[in-house]
Amino acid sequence: MKVAGLSTLPPGRRATVSERLGGPLLLLAAVALAIFLLLPLGALLLGAVRDDAGAFSLARFAEFAATPGMATAVWNTLWVAVVVTAITVPLAFVYAYAIERACLPLRGLWRIVGLSALLGPSLVGAIAFIQWFGTQGVLKAWLGETSVYGPVGIVMATVYASFPHALMILVVALATADGRLYEAADALSASRWRKFVTVTLPGARYGLISAALVVFAYSVSEFGIPKVIGGNFPVLAVEIYVQVVGQHNFGRGAVVALLLLLPVLLAFAIDWWVQRRQQAGLSARAVPYRPRPDWRRDLPLLFYCLLLAMAMLGILGMAAYTSLVRFWPYNLELSLDHYIYGLAEAGVLDAWLNSLRIAGLTALFGTPFVFFTAWLLEKGQGGPTGLRPLVRALAALPMGVPGLVLGIGYILFFNAPDNPLNGLYQTLAIMVIANIVHYYTACHLTALTALKGIDREFEAVSASLKVSPFVTLWRVTLPVCLPAVLEIARYLFINAMTTVSALVFLYSPTTLPASVAILNLDEAGELGPAAAMATLIVLTSTAISLLYSFVTHLLFRRHQAWRQGQR
Amino acid sequence: MAHLEITQLTKRYGAFVALERIELAVERGEFLVLLGPSGCGKTTLLRAIAGLERQDEGRIVHAGRDISQLSPALRDYGIVFQSYALFPNLSVADNVAYGLNSRRADRRLVRKRVEEMLELVGLPGSQPKFPAQLSGGQQQRVALARALATSPDLLLLDEPLSALDAIERVRLRSEIRSLQNRLGVTTIMVTHDQEEALAMADRIVVMRGGRIQQIGGPQEIYRAPGNDFVADFIGRGNLLDATGAGPQHVRVGDLLLRCAGPTSEGHRQRFYVRPEDIRLHGTLDQGENSFYAHVLKCEFLGAYSLVTLQAPTGDGRPLVAQFSSNYLCGREIHPGATLRVGIPAEHLRPLPEAA
Repeated sequence: MKVAGLSTLPPGRRATVSERLGGPLLLLAAVALAIFLLLPLGALLLGAVRDDAGAFSLARFAEFAATPGMATAVWNTLWVAVVVTAITVPLAFVYAYAIERACLPLRGLWRIVGLSALLGPSLVGAIAFIQWFGTQGVLKAWLGETSVYGPVGIVMATVYASFPHALMILVVALATADGRLYEAADALSASRWRKFVTVTLPGARYGLISAALVVFAYSVSEFGIPKVIGGNFPVLAVEIYVQVVGQHNFGRGAVVALLLLLPVLLAFAIDWWVQRRQQAGLSARAVPYRPRPDWRRDLPLLFYCLLLAMAMLGILGMAAYTSLVRFWPYNLELSLDHYIYGLAEAGVLDAWLNSLRIAGLTALFGTPFVFFTAWLLEKGQGGPTGLRPLVRALAALPMGVPGLVLGIGYILFFNAPDNPLNGLYQTLAIMVIANIVHYYTACHLTALTALKGIDREFEAVSASLKVSPFVTLWRVTLPVCLPAVLEIARYLFINAMTTVSALVFLYSPTTLPASVAILNLDEAGELGPAAAMATLIVLTSTAISLLYSFVTHLLFRRHQAWRQGQR
Repeated sequence: MAHLEITQLTKRYGAFVALERIELAVERGEFLVLLGPSGCGKTTLLRAIAGLERQDEGRIVHAGRDISQLSPALRDYGIVFQSYALFPNLSVADNVAYGLNSRRADRRLVRKRVEEMLELVGLPGSQPKFPAQLSGGQQQRVALARALATSPDLLLLDEPLSALDAIERVRLRSEIRSLQNRLGVTTIMVTHDQEEALAMADRIVVMRGGRIQQIGGPQEIYRAPGNDFVADFIGRGNLLDATGAGPQHVRVGDLLLRCAGPTSEGHRQRFYVRPEDIRLHGTLDQGENSFYAHVLKCEFLGAYSLVTLQAPTGDGRPLVAQFSSNYLCGREIHPGATLRVGIPAEHLRPLPEAA
């Protein structure tokens, strides 16, 4: 900022210490994000354009293009993602429509079941589908001659795993409707279909685009599912794993990772661009839409929800059932053998403890870092020009970076012998950091939404009263935003508990997380213990979710006096 | 030297000039109102005084201290916003004491001060309540108490009444004014409501497009607007294009009117007339400056009626007259009727040439 006449000013302080602290602190956050996000991605880029001697060359790309089967892998990845998107988005849209726009009994239950896939690693679906439709599957006949090991299984398991992601977006998109538009349509005696096409769909179109892009990106970057159920069907994500973990060919891995990064980054760039164009759809005067009971609409939708919920519970249940069955499919006696002998005695139960530790630390350190950075960004002042746009961009970027890509970036960057941070490699700390960075964007947006929701003059008022902004953060902003803070902590914990992608490259024998252990158990043919581990993760996530609901419920009751109308 | 002196204050947002070379002096104990349409720069000026926006050029001197480059916390003022900005999770008492606690004052003194302040704004005993349990007007009173609790030297009010309903707004505005009189605290208020400005201010600063249009007392601003914009923005007005026709006479369309000021033959001049200054004559009354006019529209607004008239004023613009109900004494005015109206010479006010 141009400050004219500065030299004529009397000497002395121009700002209080705490006012001057905001800029440097935000700069610190930016540096942290740059080290743990930008630099690894940079290392990835460099790794891809350097030959073995370290000179600049595009040889790796040429090599990659010449490798037989790579073109097939690229093609497979793309068409599977398109098919998954085409199935998931309509499925989730109708489900979300049933929850938000119909008068169904037990709305909350349908919602929870719809999101249940989030509680476990993506592998849960893959394992369950093997049990349902695999070689010894219960419903093998349903698929006829087609084998589940391959594109069919990948599509089914990915649809299951990405469904809640689409559902969350679409529920939000459909939840905010202006009732006046429907009243106007009714007054003009528009038909049900016409109302749907002219009012409902346009209102949800940004949500639909967003959901489609998220599902597409999810499918492209998903690695565990094709690994477990994909058979010999080559896709890019598995290719990276094979190159890096199997053959220790980091350069080739970097090339494939870049290839994977491109469509995902593109998808999120499009989404970001589309969302920016979105005007605030709901003005302050809008009247929320309240659906009226109508059995001709509600009954089919109830039936639909019931069907989907049963399918989803069937998948989750099958994983749990597999973990309890002594020897599938020959001895269906129930026992805890897989837990006792498969996990505890085999020394794999440590993985679950590792995961608990990682998830706990991710939530413990990630939540304050995310919230404090968002607060500095939104409410703070100072710092060099361009710092704020930079932090905003850094916070938005992780959404477009698949975990696999981040993981390889971490290997290339932190494993370099001349990196002073080399000591972090293969520690618990780096896995925690990778998780925080990987899931940064969603948490950042949650924090930002909460911060934007409170009066923007709080800082001005406290400055006029000579109260430090940090005191106001502690006494006012944090208590008001507590629900969002808890939500961030829960989100980080559950994702850290269930994620495979980034961690698969970063663990050491002593820090093996549970979700990766499933992968290894499956690879060793130990489907029972794998299912047991998956079930343990689901149970842990469920417990944390219940704890979260309990705490927020308590919070709203305690703060009833002032949280009126905030829920 | 004035208590608050602003010199050459300029603020730009890119190519947009929000404030252009503002010169303003505020006297100690004065109630100054910044008035103007939205986007005129009044809020930016207030925020610059508060240090919430940093000016590009210019100086602000408060009580002899140059505060131009100081952060908000180092300036000495209390501020009240349109949105109240009360801390929702703190009780009324804690809100009012917010600026007191940090000074590590004695608890008992703090409690006493809170009690005193709440008494002052007419909300005794509401200490344990939360803001959400109060009405809008009560919340704004708490915000006022909070701003005044630290005895600031300057009180800044940013559209404090705009979020309130009409009745509450009128009540609170006289309360604020009498409170300010009692405490004698120098106050600067921003508003877009001219009635509010006229009712509350010692002096009004009319702004447009980042510039000050006129500074003056309410009477002065209303009676002698400095330019078209002020004439148009404050109250209603009729603009008349006139040509001088001999000493103290001007020709307006087909009318020959006497005016109070000197004129010269052929000299083009503009006048304006407040609607309430137009007189209603008897149909056959040939008083000075009277003429026939056609009623186009009559709006009955309770205490007065607004009558749109077609008169031979030349440019075809209708003339708006305002007749108070007790002046009309029950006489009804219907569209299509012809009235004899007049403009007393002293109410034909010359307007400076448009800038």
